[in-house]
Amino acid sequence: MEERRVNVTVNGEPKVADVEPRMLLAHFLREVLGLTGTHIGCDTTNCGACTVNFDGKPIKSCTMFAVQADGHEVETVEGISRASELHAVQEGFKEEHGLQCGFCTSGMMMTAKALLEENPNPTEEDVRWALSGNLCRCTGYQNIVKSVLWAAEKMRSEAAVRR
Amino acid sequence: MIPATLSYRRASSVDEALGMLAEHGEDAKLLAGGHSLLPLMKLRLAAPEVVVDIGRIEELRYVRTEGDVVAIGAMTRHHDLHTDGVAGREVPLVAHVAGEVGDPQVRHRGTIGGSLAHGDPAADLPAAVLACDATLVARGPDGAREIPAAEFFAGLFTTALGPDEILTEIRVPRAADRGWGFEKFTRRRFDWSIVGVAVLGGSPTQPAVGLVNMGEAPIRATAVERALAAGATPAEAAEHAAEGTSPPDEPHASAGYRRHLATVLTARALERAAGGSPAGL
Ligand SMILES: Cc1cc2nc3c(=O)[nH]c(=O)nc-3n(C[C@H](O)[C@H](O)[C@H](O)COP(=O)(O)OP(=O)(O)OC[C@H]3O[C@@H](n4cnc5c(N)ncnc54)[C@H](O)[C@@H]3O)c2cc1C
Ligand code: FES
Ligand code: FES
Repeated sequence: MEERRVNVTVNGEPKVADVEPRMLLAHFLREVLGLTGTHIGCDTTNCGACTVNFDGKPIKSCTMFAVQADGHEVETVEGISRASELHAVQEGFKEEHGLQCGFCTSGMMMTAKALLEENPNPTEEDVRWALSGNLCRCTGYQNIVKSVLWAAEKMRSEAAVRR
Repeated sequence: MIPATLSYRRASSVDEALGMLAEHGEDAKLLAGGHSLLPLMKLRLAAPEVVVDIGRIEELRYVRTEGDVVAIGAMTRHHDLHTDGVAGREVPLVAHVAGEVGDPQVRHRGTIGGSLAHGDPAADLPAAVLACDATLVARGPDGAREIPAAEFFAGLFTTALGPDEILTEIRVPRAADRGWGFEKFTRRRFDWSIVGVAVLGGSPTQPAVGLVNMGEAPIRATAVERALAAGATPAEAAEHAAEGTSPPDEPHASAGYRRHLATVLTARALERAAGGSPAGL
Protein backbone atom coordinates (compact mmCIF):
# COMPACT_ATOMS: atom_id res chain seq x y z
CA MET A 1 0.00 0.00 0.00
CA GLU A 2 1.38 3.38 -1.02
CA GLU A 3 1.86 5.91 1.76
CA ARG A 4 2.97 9.49 1.47
CA ARG A 5 4.50 11.73 4.09
CA VAL A 6 2.57 14.93 4.70
CA ASN A 7 3.79 17.96 6.60
CA VAL A 8 0.92 20.26 7.46
CA THR A 9 0.82 23.21 9.81
CA VAL A 10 -2.41 22.77 11.73
CA ASN A 11 -3.48 25.58 14.01
CA GLY A 12 0.07 26.89 13.98
CA GLU A 13 1.69 23.58 14.90
CA PRO A 14 3.67 21.48 12.43
CA LYS A 15 2.21 17.98 12.02
CA VAL A 16 3.81 15.07 10.19
CA ALA A 17 2.16 11.79 9.24
CA ASP A 18 2.35 9.03 6.66
CA VAL A 19 -1.01 8.56 5.00
CA GLU A 20 -2.60 6.75 2.10
CA PRO A 21 -2.92 9.21 -0.81
CA ARG A 22 -6.66 8.60 -0.97
CA MET A 23 -7.17 9.85 2.60
CA LEU A 24 -9.36 12.95 2.67
CA LEU A 25 -8.23 16.01 4.60
CA ALA A 26 -11.38 15.79 6.77
CA HIS A 27 -10.44 12.24 7.84
CA PHE A 28 -6.83 13.26 8.38
CA LEU A 29 -7.90 16.02 10.76
CA ARG A 30 -10.45 13.92 12.61
CA GLU A 31 -8.87 10.49 12.69
CA VAL A 32 -5.13 11.04 12.47
CA LEU A 33 -4.93 14.27 14.45
CA GLY A 34 -8.01 13.70 16.62
CA LEU A 35 -9.42 17.13 15.78
CA THR A 36 -13.08 16.17 15.72
CA GLY A 37 -14.37 19.74 15.77
CA THR A 38 -14.40 19.55 11.96
CA HIS A 39 -17.62 17.73 11.10
CA ILE A 40 -18.54 15.61 8.10
CA GLY A 41 -22.15 16.27 7.17
CA CYS A 42 -23.04 15.44 3.61
CA ASP A 43 -19.71 14.06 2.40
CA THR A 44 -20.73 15.38 -1.05
CA THR A 45 -19.27 18.92 -1.02
CA ASN A 46 -22.66 20.50 -0.41
CA CYS A 47 -23.09 21.33 3.27
CA GLY A 48 -19.88 23.06 4.38
CA ALA A 49 -19.85 21.38 7.83
CA CYS A 50 -16.31 20.23 7.05
CA THR A 51 -15.08 23.76 6.25
CA VAL A 52 -11.57 24.60 7.43
CA ASN A 53 -9.38 27.52 6.47
CA PHE A 54 -6.67 26.50 4.06
CA ASP A 55 -3.96 29.14 3.75
CA GLY A 56 -6.58 31.49 5.21
CA LYS A 57 -9.40 30.64 2.80
CA PRO A 58 -12.43 28.49 3.60
CA ILE A 59 -12.47 25.16 1.77
CA LYS A 60 -14.42 21.92 2.20
CA SER A 61 -12.05 19.39 3.74
CA CYS A 62 -14.16 16.45 2.52
CA THR A 63 -13.19 17.40 -1.02
CA MET A 64 -9.45 17.53 -0.73
CA PHE A 65 -6.84 14.83 -0.21
CA ALA A 66 -4.57 15.19 2.81
CA VAL A 67 -1.59 14.94 0.44
CA GLN A 68 -2.80 18.11 -1.30
CA ALA A 69 -2.39 19.95 2.01
CA ASP A 70 1.27 18.97 2.29
CA GLY A 71 3.31 22.11 2.98
CA HIS A 72 0.23 24.25 3.61
CA GLU A 73 -1.51 25.78 6.61
CA VAL A 74 -4.82 24.54 7.93
CA GLU A 75 -6.86 26.19 10.63
CA THR A 76 -9.69 24.31 12.34
CA VAL A 77 -12.22 25.38 14.94
CA GLU A 78 -9.91 24.06 17.66
CA GLY A 79 -7.38 26.72 16.70
CA ILE A 80 -9.40 29.89 16.86
CA SER A 81 -9.74 30.51 20.60
CA ARG A 82 -6.80 31.79 22.63
CA ALA A 83 -6.29 29.77 25.83
CA SER A 84 -9.60 30.13 27.67
CA GLU A 85 -10.68 33.16 25.65
CA LEU A 86 -13.23 32.58 22.91
CA HIS A 87 -12.73 34.09 19.48
CA ALA A 88 -15.15 36.96 18.77
CA VAL A 89 -16.97 34.75 16.26
CA GLN A 90 -17.48 32.04 18.90
CA GLU A 91 -18.69 34.66 21.35
CA GLY A 92 -21.06 36.02 18.73
CA PHE A 93 -22.66 32.60 18.20
CA LYS A 94 -23.11 32.34 21.98
CA GLU A 95 -24.51 35.84 22.41
CA GLU A 96 -26.88 35.76 19.44
CA HIS A 97 -28.00 32.13 19.78
CA GLY A 98 -26.34 31.22 16.45
CA LEU A 99 -26.70 27.48 16.90
CA GLN A 100 -29.16 24.83 17.87
CA CYS A 101 -27.79 21.30 17.31
CA GLY A 102 -24.35 22.72 16.57
CA PHE A 103 -23.51 20.38 13.73
CA CYS A 104 -22.95 23.13 11.16
CA THR A 105 -21.40 25.54 13.63
CA SER A 106 -17.68 24.88 13.29
CA GLY A 107 -17.91 25.21 9.51
CA MET A 108 -19.99 28.37 9.85
CA MET A 109 -17.47 29.89 12.23
CA MET A 110 -14.48 29.12 10.05
CA THR A 111 -16.15 30.73 7.04
CA ALA A 112 -17.20 33.71 9.16
CA LYS A 113 -13.70 34.14 10.58
CA ALA A 114 -12.16 34.22 7.11
CA LEU A 115 -14.78 36.73 5.97
CA LEU A 116 -14.08 39.09 8.86
CA GLU A 117 -10.34 38.92 8.29
CA GLU A 118 -10.88 40.02 4.71
CA ASN A 119 -13.77 42.41 5.29
CA PRO A 120 -14.05 43.79 8.85
CA ASN A 121 -17.18 45.75 8.01
CA PRO A 122 -19.52 43.41 6.11
CA THR A 123 -23.13 44.18 5.31
CA GLU A 124 -25.80 41.61 6.05
CA GLU A 125 -25.77 40.76 2.34
CA ASP A 126 -21.98 40.21 2.44
CA VAL A 127 -22.41 37.81 5.38
CA ARG A 128 -25.16 35.86 3.66
CA TRP A 129 -23.17 35.58 0.45
CA ALA A 130 -20.02 34.48 2.31
CA LEU A 131 -21.99 31.79 4.15
CA SER A 132 -23.77 30.56 1.03
CA GLY A 133 -21.69 27.37 0.98
CA ASN A 134 -22.64 26.45 4.56
CA LEU A 135 -25.97 24.80 5.21
CA CYS A 136 -27.84 24.77 8.52
CA ARG A 137 -30.83 22.52 9.09
CA CYS A 138 -31.89 24.10 12.38
CA THR A 139 -31.63 27.83 12.74
CA GLY A 140 -33.11 29.33 9.61
CA TYR A 141 -29.87 31.35 9.37
CA GLN A 142 -31.23 34.55 10.94
CA ASN A 143 -29.28 34.16 14.17
CA ILE A 144 -26.19 32.91 12.40
CA VAL A 145 -26.09 36.12 10.37
CA LYS A 146 -26.68 38.16 13.55
CA SER A 147 -23.86 36.27 15.28
CA VAL A 148 -21.40 37.12 12.53
CA LEU A 149 -22.45 40.78 12.52
CA TRP A 150 -22.07 40.79 16.33
CA ALA A 151 -18.54 39.43 15.96
CA ALA A 152 -17.71 42.00 13.30
CA GLU A 153 -18.83 44.78 15.60
CA LYS A 154 -16.82 43.38 18.51
CA MET A 155 -13.68 42.96 16.40
CA ARG A 156 -14.00 46.52 15.08
CA SER A 157 -14.37 48.00 18.56
CA GLU A 158 -11.39 45.99 19.81
CA ALA A 159 -9.32 47.18 16.88
CA ALA A 160 -10.36 50.78 17.63
CA VAL A 161 -9.25 50.43 21.27
CA ARG A 162 -5.87 49.07 20.16
CA ARG A 163 -5.33 52.01 17.82
CA MET B 1 -17.21 7.89 1.18
CA ILE B 2 -13.67 6.92 0.41
CA PRO B 3 -12.08 6.86 -3.04
CA ALA B 4 -10.50 3.65 -4.36
CA THR B 5 -6.81 3.08 -3.72
CA LEU B 6 -4.66 5.26 -5.89
CA SER B 7 -1.11 6.16 -6.55
CA TYR B 8 -0.33 9.86 -6.14
CA ARG B 9 2.14 11.77 -8.28
CA ARG B 10 2.85 15.46 -7.88
CA ALA B 11 4.02 17.50 -10.86
CA SER B 12 5.83 20.78 -10.38
CA SER B 13 5.86 21.77 -14.05
CA VAL B 14 3.84 21.15 -17.19
CA ASP B 15 6.71 19.14 -18.66
CA GLU B 16 6.83 16.91 -15.61
CA ALA B 17 3.06 16.39 -15.72
CA LEU B 18 3.23 15.52 -19.43
CA GLY B 19 5.93 12.96 -18.63
CA MET B 20 3.72 11.37 -15.97
CA LEU B 21 0.75 11.23 -18.36
CA ALA B 22 2.95 9.63 -21.02
CA GLU B 23 4.22 7.08 -18.49
CA HIS B 24 0.83 6.04 -17.11
CA GLY B 25 -1.41 6.52 -20.16
CA GLU B 26 -5.13 5.90 -19.69
CA ASP B 27 -4.63 4.85 -16.04
CA ALA B 28 -3.78 8.41 -15.03
CA LYS B 29 -6.01 11.42 -14.33
CA LEU B 30 -4.97 15.00 -13.78
CA LEU B 31 -6.04 16.55 -10.48
CA ALA B 32 -6.48 20.34 -10.65
CA GLY B 33 -8.87 21.81 -8.05
CA GLY B 34 -10.44 18.39 -7.56
CA HIS B 35 -13.95 19.79 -7.31
CA SER B 36 -15.32 17.71 -10.13
CA LEU B 37 -12.91 14.78 -9.88
CA LEU B 38 -12.99 14.12 -6.12
CA PRO B 39 -16.78 13.92 -5.83
CA LEU B 40 -16.72 11.37 -8.68
CA MET B 41 -13.90 9.41 -7.05
CA LYS B 42 -15.73 9.36 -3.71
CA LEU B 43 -18.75 7.84 -5.45
CA ARG B 44 -16.29 5.55 -7.29
CA LEU B 45 -17.71 6.74 -10.58
CA ALA B 46 -14.06 7.51 -11.29
CA ALA B 47 -11.25 5.31 -10.03
CA PRO B 48 -7.99 6.38 -11.67
CA GLU B 49 -5.02 4.23 -10.69
CA VAL B 50 -2.73 7.22 -10.81
CA VAL B 51 -3.60 10.77 -9.88
CA VAL B 52 -1.26 13.43 -11.24
CA ASP B 53 -1.61 16.53 -9.06
CA ILE B 54 -1.07 19.68 -11.13
CA GLY B 55 -2.34 21.91 -8.32
CA ARG B 56 1.12 23.28 -7.54
CA ILE B 57 2.14 24.25 -11.05
CA GLU B 58 2.54 27.97 -10.46
CA GLU B 59 3.43 28.60 -14.13
CA LEU B 60 -0.25 27.87 -14.92
CA ARG B 61 -1.67 30.45 -12.51
CA TYR B 62 -1.86 33.91 -14.09
CA VAL B 63 -4.08 36.45 -15.80
CA ARG B 64 -2.32 38.86 -18.18
CA THR B 65 -2.99 40.89 -21.30
CA GLU B 66 -1.11 39.90 -24.43
CA GLY B 67 -1.96 42.24 -27.32
CA ASP B 68 -5.68 41.98 -27.94
CA VAL B 69 -6.30 38.93 -25.74
CA VAL B 70 -6.31 38.21 -22.03
CA ALA B 71 -4.36 35.03 -21.35
CA ILE B 72 -5.61 33.03 -18.37
CA GLY B 73 -3.52 30.18 -16.96
CA ALA B 74 -5.51 26.95 -16.69
CA MET B 75 -4.83 26.59 -12.94
CA THR B 76 -6.34 29.99 -12.12
CA ARG B 77 -8.94 29.37 -9.44
CA HIS B 78 -12.49 30.71 -9.84
CA HIS B 79 -12.11 33.10 -6.90
CA ASP B 80 -8.83 34.53 -8.22
CA LEU B 81 -10.28 35.02 -11.70
CA HIS B 82 -13.40 36.66 -10.30
CA THR B 83 -11.40 39.15 -8.22
CA ASP B 84 -8.65 39.82 -10.77
CA GLY B 85 -8.48 43.47 -11.86
CA VAL B 86 -7.32 42.80 -15.41
CA ALA B 87 -9.96 40.14 -15.98
CA GLY B 88 -12.69 42.34 -14.50
CA ARG B 89 -11.78 45.20 -16.82
CA GLU B 90 -10.88 43.40 -20.04
CA VAL B 91 -12.99 40.23 -20.02
CA PRO B 92 -15.77 41.13 -17.58
CA LEU B 93 -18.14 38.38 -18.72
CA VAL B 94 -15.63 35.65 -17.87
CA ALA B 95 -14.64 37.30 -14.58
CA HIS B 96 -18.28 37.65 -13.57
CA VAL B 97 -19.20 34.06 -14.44
CA ALA B 98 -16.23 32.76 -12.43
CA GLY B 99 -17.84 34.44 -9.40
CA GLU B 100 -21.16 32.69 -10.04
CA VAL B 101 -19.73 29.16 -9.93
CA GLY B 102 -20.93 27.18 -6.91
CA ASP B 103 -20.21 28.65 -3.48
CA PRO B 104 -17.17 30.42 -1.99
CA GLN B 105 -15.46 27.21 -0.86
CA VAL B 106 -15.84 25.71 -4.34
CA ARG B 107 -14.45 28.89 -5.92
CA HIS B 108 -11.40 28.78 -3.65
CA ARG B 109 -10.42 25.38 -5.09
CA GLY B 110 -11.93 24.93 -8.57
CA THR B 111 -9.99 26.09 -11.61
CA ILE B 112 -11.02 27.37 -15.04
CA GLY B 113 -8.93 24.68 -16.72
CA GLY B 114 -10.65 21.91 -14.76
CA SER B 115 -14.04 23.44 -15.44
CA LEU B 116 -13.47 23.45 -19.20
CA ALA B 117 -11.58 20.13 -19.43
CA HIS B 118 -14.31 18.31 -17.51
CA GLY B 119 -16.78 19.02 -20.34
CA ASP B 120 -19.82 19.19 -18.08
CA PRO B 121 -22.78 20.75 -19.99
CA ALA B 122 -24.10 22.09 -16.66
CA ALA B 123 -20.95 24.11 -15.98
CA ASP B 124 -21.08 27.88 -16.34
CA LEU B 125 -17.65 28.89 -17.59
CA PRO B 126 -17.83 26.92 -20.87
CA ALA B 127 -20.80 29.05 -21.99
CA ALA B 128 -18.86 32.24 -21.25
CA VAL B 129 -15.77 31.03 -23.03
CA LEU B 130 -17.90 30.02 -26.04
CA ALA B 131 -19.65 33.40 -26.18
CA CYS B 132 -16.25 35.14 -26.07
CA ASP B 133 -14.85 33.02 -28.92
CA ALA B 134 -11.88 32.16 -26.74
CA THR B 135 -9.02 29.96 -27.87
CA LEU B 136 -7.86 27.09 -25.67
CA VAL B 137 -4.21 26.12 -25.63
CA ALA B 138 -3.27 22.49 -24.97
CA ARG B 139 0.16 20.98 -24.57
CA GLY B 140 0.92 17.37 -25.40
CA PRO B 141 3.87 15.18 -26.28
CA ASP B 142 4.12 16.91 -29.69
CA GLY B 143 4.04 20.44 -28.36
CA ALA B 144 1.32 23.05 -28.05
CA ARG B 145 -1.82 23.45 -30.15
CA GLU B 146 -4.64 25.97 -30.17
CA ILE B 147 -8.26 24.87 -30.16
CA PRO B 148 -11.10 27.36 -30.82
CA ALA B 149 -13.70 27.12 -28.04
CA ALA B 150 -16.32 26.29 -30.68
CA GLU B 151 -14.41 23.06 -31.46
CA PHE B 152 -13.43 22.16 -27.91
CA PHE B 153 -16.65 20.76 -26.41
CA ALA B 154 -17.38 17.46 -28.13
CA GLY B 155 -20.19 15.96 -26.05
CA LEU B 156 -21.16 14.82 -22.57
CA PHE B 157 -17.96 15.03 -20.48
CA THR B 158 -15.98 14.86 -23.70
CA THR B 159 -13.64 17.47 -25.12
CA ALA B 160 -11.11 17.79 -27.89
CA LEU B 161 -8.30 17.08 -25.40
CA GLY B 162 -6.40 13.83 -25.77
CA PRO B 163 -5.55 11.74 -22.66
CA ASP B 164 -1.91 12.77 -23.01
CA GLU B 165 -2.69 16.50 -23.23
CA ILE B 166 -2.93 19.28 -20.66
CA LEU B 167 -5.01 22.39 -21.09
CA THR B 168 -2.59 25.18 -20.24
CA GLU B 169 -4.16 28.49 -21.21
CA ILE B 170 -7.41 30.15 -22.16
CA ARG B 171 -7.02 33.13 -24.51
CA VAL B 172 -10.02 35.45 -24.35
CA PRO B 173 -10.32 38.39 -26.80
CA ARG B 174 -10.35 41.68 -24.87
CA ALA B 175 -13.87 43.05 -24.73
CA ALA B 176 -13.76 45.99 -22.33
CA ASP B 177 -16.08 48.05 -24.56
CA ARG B 178 -18.63 45.33 -25.25
CA GLY B 179 -21.72 44.85 -23.13
CA TRP B 180 -22.40 41.47 -21.61
CA GLY B 181 -25.07 39.60 -19.70
CA PHE B 182 -25.17 36.42 -17.67
CA GLU B 183 -28.36 34.86 -16.40
CA LYS B 184 -28.23 31.76 -14.27
CA PHE B 185 -31.46 30.15 -13.08
CA THR B 186 -31.14 28.17 -9.87
CA ARG B 187 -33.37 27.09 -7.02
CA ARG B 188 -30.85 28.28 -4.44
CA ARG B 189 -28.39 31.08 -5.15
CA PHE B 190 -25.27 28.89 -5.16
CA ASP B 191 -26.63 25.88 -7.08
CA TRP B 192 -25.66 24.57 -10.47
CA SER B 193 -27.54 26.23 -13.34
CA ILE B 194 -30.84 24.64 -14.27
CA VAL B 195 -30.29 26.75 -17.36
CA GLY B 196 -27.80 29.54 -17.88
CA VAL B 197 -27.18 32.05 -20.66
CA ALA B 198 -24.01 34.03 -21.32
CA VAL B 199 -24.10 36.90 -23.83
CA LEU B 200 -21.26 38.97 -25.16
CA GLY B 201 -22.85 42.06 -26.69
CA GLY B 202 -22.44 43.44 -30.20
CA SER B 203 -19.80 45.67 -31.88
CA PRO B 204 -17.86 45.03 -33.96
CA THR B 205 -19.75 41.78 -34.58
CA GLN B 206 -23.22 40.57 -33.60
CA PRO B 207 -23.88 39.44 -30.02
CA ALA B 208 -22.72 35.93 -29.20
CA VAL B 209 -24.84 33.68 -26.98
CA GLY B 210 -23.66 30.63 -25.00
CA LEU B 211 -26.04 28.23 -23.25
CA VAL B 212 -25.55 26.27 -20.02
CA ASN B 213 -27.28 22.90 -19.59
CA MET B 214 -29.21 22.91 -22.86
CA GLY B 215 -27.65 19.84 -24.45
CA GLU B 216 -25.01 17.15 -24.26
CA ALA B 217 -22.28 19.76 -24.46
CA PRO B 218 -21.96 23.48 -23.79
CA ILE B 219 -23.35 25.14 -26.95
CA ARG B 220 -23.94 28.44 -28.73
CA ALA B 221 -27.51 29.58 -29.40
CA THR B 222 -26.89 29.84 -33.11
CA ALA B 223 -30.55 30.37 -34.02
CA VAL B 224 -30.65 33.45 -31.77
CA GLU B 225 -27.44 34.80 -33.28
CA ARG B 226 -28.78 34.27 -36.81
CA ALA B 227 -32.04 36.04 -35.98
CA LEU B 228 -30.16 39.02 -34.56
CA ALA B 229 -27.94 39.19 -37.63
CA ALA B 230 -31.10 39.24 -39.77
CA GLY B 231 -32.38 42.26 -37.87
CA ALA B 232 -34.65 40.72 -35.19
CA THR B 233 -35.07 42.61 -31.93
CA PRO B 234 -33.52 40.96 -28.85
CA ALA B 235 -36.98 39.87 -27.67
CA GLU B 236 -37.80 38.32 -31.05
CA ALA B 237 -34.42 36.65 -31.34
CA ALA B 238 -34.64 35.17 -27.84
CA GLU B 239 -37.70 33.18 -28.92
CA HIS B 240 -35.28 31.00 -30.91
CA ALA B 241 -33.08 30.15 -27.91
CA ALA B 242 -34.15 26.52 -27.63
CA GLU B 243 -34.00 25.76 -31.36
CA GLY B 244 -31.77 22.81 -32.12
CA THR B 245 -31.09 22.09 -28.43
CA SER B 246 -31.66 18.84 -26.52
CA PRO B 247 -31.83 19.84 -22.86
CA PRO B 248 -31.82 17.16 -20.14
CA ASP B 249 -35.21 15.96 -18.92
CA GLU B 250 -35.06 15.57 -15.14
CA PRO B 251 -37.63 15.30 -12.32
CA HIS B 252 -36.82 18.77 -11.00
CA ALA B 253 -36.65 20.40 -14.43
CA SER B 254 -38.23 18.92 -17.54
CA ALA B 255 -36.80 19.49 -20.99
CA GLY B 256 -39.83 21.64 -21.86
CA TYR B 257 -39.32 23.81 -18.79
CA ARG B 258 -35.67 24.27 -19.71
CA ARG B 259 -36.60 25.30 -23.26
CA HIS B 260 -38.93 27.91 -21.81
CA LEU B 261 -36.26 29.12 -19.40
CA ALA B 262 -33.74 29.41 -22.22
CA THR B 263 -35.95 31.88 -24.09
CA VAL B 264 -36.69 33.99 -21.01
CA LEU B 265 -33.09 34.07 -19.80
CA THR B 266 -31.75 34.80 -23.28
CA ALA B 267 -34.05 37.81 -23.57
CA ARG B 268 -32.83 39.09 -20.19
CA ALA B 269 -29.17 38.49 -20.93
CA LEU B 270 -29.48 40.23 -24.32
CA GLU B 271 -31.16 43.21 -22.65
CA ARG B 272 -28.43 43.46 -20.04
CA ALA B 273 -25.75 43.21 -22.69
CA ALA B 274 -27.42 46.03 -24.66
CA GLY B 275 -27.66 48.24 -21.59
CA GLY B 276 -23.99 47.80 -20.78
CA SER B 277 -22.73 48.45 -24.27
CA PRO B 278 -22.36 52.04 -25.45
CA ALA B 279 -22.51 50.87 -29.07
CA GLY B 280 -25.77 49.04 -28.44
CA LEU B 281 -26.75 45.70 -29.87
C1 LIG C 1 -20.70 21.67 -4.54
C2 LIG C 1 -20.21 22.04 -5.93
C3 LIG C 1 -20.90 22.99 -6.64
C4 LIG C 1 -20.48 23.36 -7.91
N1 LIG C 1 -21.21 24.28 -8.59
C5 LIG C 1 -20.83 24.63 -9.83
C6 LIG C 1 -21.57 25.60 -10.57
O1 LIG C 1 -22.55 26.18 -10.09
N2 LIG C 1 -21.15 25.90 -11.83
C7 LIG C 1 -20.05 25.31 -12.38
O2 LIG C 1 -19.71 25.63 -13.50
N3 LIG C 1 -19.31 24.41 -11.70
C8 LIG C 1 -19.68 24.05 -10.45
N4 LIG C 1 -18.93 23.13 -9.75
C9 LIG C 1 -17.76 22.52 -10.40
C10 LIG C 1 -16.52 23.33 -10.12
O3 LIG C 1 -16.55 24.52 -10.87
C11 LIG C 1 -15.23 22.58 -10.44
O4 LIG C 1 -14.20 23.28 -9.85
C12 LIG C 1 -14.86 22.45 -11.90
O5 LIG C 1 -15.89 21.90 -12.64
C13 LIG C 1 -13.66 21.55 -12.09
O6 LIG C 1 -12.47 22.22 -11.84
P1 LIG C 1 -11.35 21.59 -10.94
O7 LIG C 1 -10.18 22.47 -11.05
O8 LIG C 1 -11.89 21.34 -9.61
O9 LIG C 1 -11.04 20.24 -11.75
P2 LIG C 1 -10.76 18.75 -11.27
O10 LIG C 1 -11.90 18.21 -10.50
O11 LIG C 1 -9.42 18.66 -10.66
O12 LIG C 1 -10.70 18.04 -12.70
C14 LIG C 1 -11.87 17.85 -13.48
C15 LIG C 1 -11.50 17.04 -14.73
O13 LIG C 1 -10.73 17.81 -15.64
C16 LIG C 1 -9.43 17.24 -15.82
N5 LIG C 1 -8.50 18.37 -15.81
C17 LIG C 1 -8.37 19.31 -14.82
N6 LIG C 1 -7.49 20.25 -15.18
C18 LIG C 1 -7.04 19.91 -16.42
C19 LIG C 1 -6.13 20.51 -17.33
N7 LIG C 1 -5.49 21.65 -17.04
N8 LIG C 1 -5.91 19.90 -18.52
C20 LIG C 1 -6.57 18.74 -18.82
N9 LIG C 1 -7.45 18.14 -18.03
C21 LIG C 1 -7.69 18.71 -16.82
C22 LIG C 1 -9.25 16.27 -14.69
O14 LIG C 1 -8.41 15.21 -15.05
C23 LIG C 1 -10.66 15.81 -14.43
O15 LIG C 1 -11.02 14.82 -15.33
C24 LIG C 1 -19.33 22.75 -8.48
C25 LIG C 1 -18.62 21.80 -7.76
C26 LIG C 1 -19.04 21.44 -6.49
C27 LIG C 1 -18.26 20.42 -5.75
S1 FES D 1 -19.14 17.23 4.61
FE1 FES D 1 -17.90 18.40 3.31
S2 FES D 1 -19.32 19.71 2.39
FE2 FES D 1 -20.62 18.43 3.59
S1 FES E 1 -27.41 24.34 14.23
FE1 FES E 1 -28.10 22.39 13.61
S2 FES E 1 -27.39 22.34 11.56
FE2 FES E 1 -26.98 24.35 12.12
